[in-house]
Amino acid sequence: MTTDPTPALLQVSGLRKTYRTGGAEVVAVDDLSFTLRPGAALGIVGESGSGKTTTARMLIGLERPDAGRILVQGEPLADFVRGRAARLARAKAVQIVFQDPYLSLDARMGIGATIDGALRLHGLRDPAARAARVRELLAQVGLGDREAAALPRHLSGGQRQRAAIARALAVEPAVLVLDEAVSALDVSVQAQVLNLLSDIRRDTGIGLVFVSHDLAVVRYVCDEALVLYRGRTLEHRPVAELLAAPRDPYTRLLLASVPRPGWDPDSISSRRRSLDPKGLPA
Amino acid sequence: MPLLEYDALGVTLPGTARPILDGIDLHVGAGEVVALVGESGSGKSVTARAALGLFPAGADITGQVRVAGTGLVGADAASLRDVRTNRAAMIYQDPRAALNPVRRVGDFLTEPLRLAHGWSRNRAAARAAELLAAVGLPDPGRHLNQYPHELSGGMLQRVVIAAALTTEPRLLLCDEPTTALDVSTQAEILAVLGRLQRERGLGLLLITHDIELAAAVSDRIHVMYAGRIVEAAPVADLFAAPRHPYTAGLLGSSPPLHGPLARLTPIPGAPMGLLESAPGCAFAPRCHFAEPGRCDQSPPPPERHGPAEVACHRTAELTAPAANAPAPAAFHASGKEDS
Repeated sequence: MTTDPTPALLQVSGLRKTYRTGGAEVVAVDDLSFTLRPGAALGIVGESGSGKTTTARMLIGLERPDAGRILVQGEPLADFVRGRAARLARAKAVQIVFQDPYLSLDARMGIGATIDGALRLHGLRDPAARAARVRELLAQVGLGDREAAALPRHLSGGQRQRAAIARALAVEPAVLVLDEAVSALDVSVQAQVLNLLSDIRRDTGIGLVFVSHDLAVVRYVCDEALVLYRGRTLEHRPVAELLAAPRDPYTRLLLASVPRPGWDPDSISSRRRSLDPKGLPA
Repeated sequence: MPLLEYDALGVTLPGTARPILDGIDLHVGAGEVVALVGESGSGKSVTARAALGLFPAGADITGQVRVAGTGLVGADAASLRDVRTNRAAMIYQDPRAALNPVRRVGDFLTEPLRLAHGWSRNRAAARAAELLAAVGLPDPGRHLNQYPHELSGGMLQRVVIAAALTTEPRLLLCDEPTTALDVSTQAEILAVLGRLQRERGLGLLLITHDIELAAAVSDRIHVMYAGRIVEAAPVADLFAAPRHPYTAGLLGSSPPLHGPLARLTPIPGAPMGLLESAPGCAFAPRCHFAEPGRCDQSPPPPERHGPAEVACHRTAELTAPAANAPAPAAFHASGKEDS
């Protein structure tokens, strides 16, 4: 091992996951490797069936890889977690924000109480210190006391997603995984959350893994991107290079698919047909 | 006579603070693609459904919406059925919700022809196969015998488009037709819709939250906010010089794919719910340019400004050529940050 001035936050090597559906084996993720340094943001770009969500789930331990390793700050992410200490350690390693914040917020608790619970679980005993930290976390995502008292269903979609981000940040994770976390938001509200993510990058050393199908949004949040297609990594490069000179035909297709004035969807159809080995329209 | 015409359509539900729709004026002619862009709760889907005579239960309706001259507000069952089976067809966001999961694709496609038009099974099946080929499905004969779960989302949306065309309506209503699909599939579906629209001279109303998508495929864009149309303009004009602060805000909210990357200027706050109302312009509480005592007093009526129709008290001053900067720059130059 060579000495490295900035040790990797997250090191993924040779990750593989297969599923069995009715006798046939489907490779969801095949030989995925990447390294994330402190404060870096990696975009994982792909369409349905690319393996991007399976990757996100493996990173937080919801799925067990068939092969490969996930190291968080040099420590392997445990395959099995037994006991409170190990569970808390894994939660501190990686947190996730899903597309639908209802999945990570308790519907019957005010969001302030949800964040308070996360802090208590992770050992912040003093109630006054917790209350101050809850306020600080909510302020960081642009929410105030009124929202702290509100149940998730009484918040707007954007407020809910910001609350889910605040809950994830409460744990002070090394890595934050965002799985299509801005896809369901209205554009005006999406911009608020995107700015919040770039502030988090600037103000903390948290590494972001940003899973998305939207190249423009990936460009805004990330410095590197990895393009997945049917589980395989097609390209992994700095975002600016990837967008300026995409190497793989599939990356070029994805770029051409972004609607804009003067857009020609017909040419995209024929290019897509020529890429697909089975020649089937999706 | 336009294929579709909204004439000051208003829809109000009891127990809400503001109308769902307020003074909607819009028309779609043959061979025209018109987009209606808005965020959630803006009323764009309610507007689209009104074109089939579908209104929220218990709603109070004012104004009129006409399809090929037939008024749908207060229409009798026979004229509603005629519009829904022969004149207009709707394509929804989620094709899986549009098809019965335990019936074959062929049943879904042939039912309107057999029940509403009395066609024989064989004649209807032949027509269905023809339509599946027209929407670019590779093996129509086989697909007719398949169940929805055997097809991908993009293939199913093609089936839904084929079904919409069975009775050869002149008007297609598309409510977020590609939102549930992958980006490259989206392009394919829009290519199919565009080709059919051109070949058959259809009028198409596209409902979408994606202003870039609207710009890519339509002739005119109407931007909705809190139940009102705040700006309507030809696509090129709307993009080059948005005249309503909300339109400018929407354009400034999406990060660009190419070119310089500046910090986004989001519209602060959130869209107005049905239980909130504002005495003046509905956008005023979120608007960087709102002028107290004016914008919060009375709702701005739509007015013509060049090629566009805009409902904003301050459009004339904000877009005046005498201003130091062109309109979009002025809109984005505000020092305020997102809340």
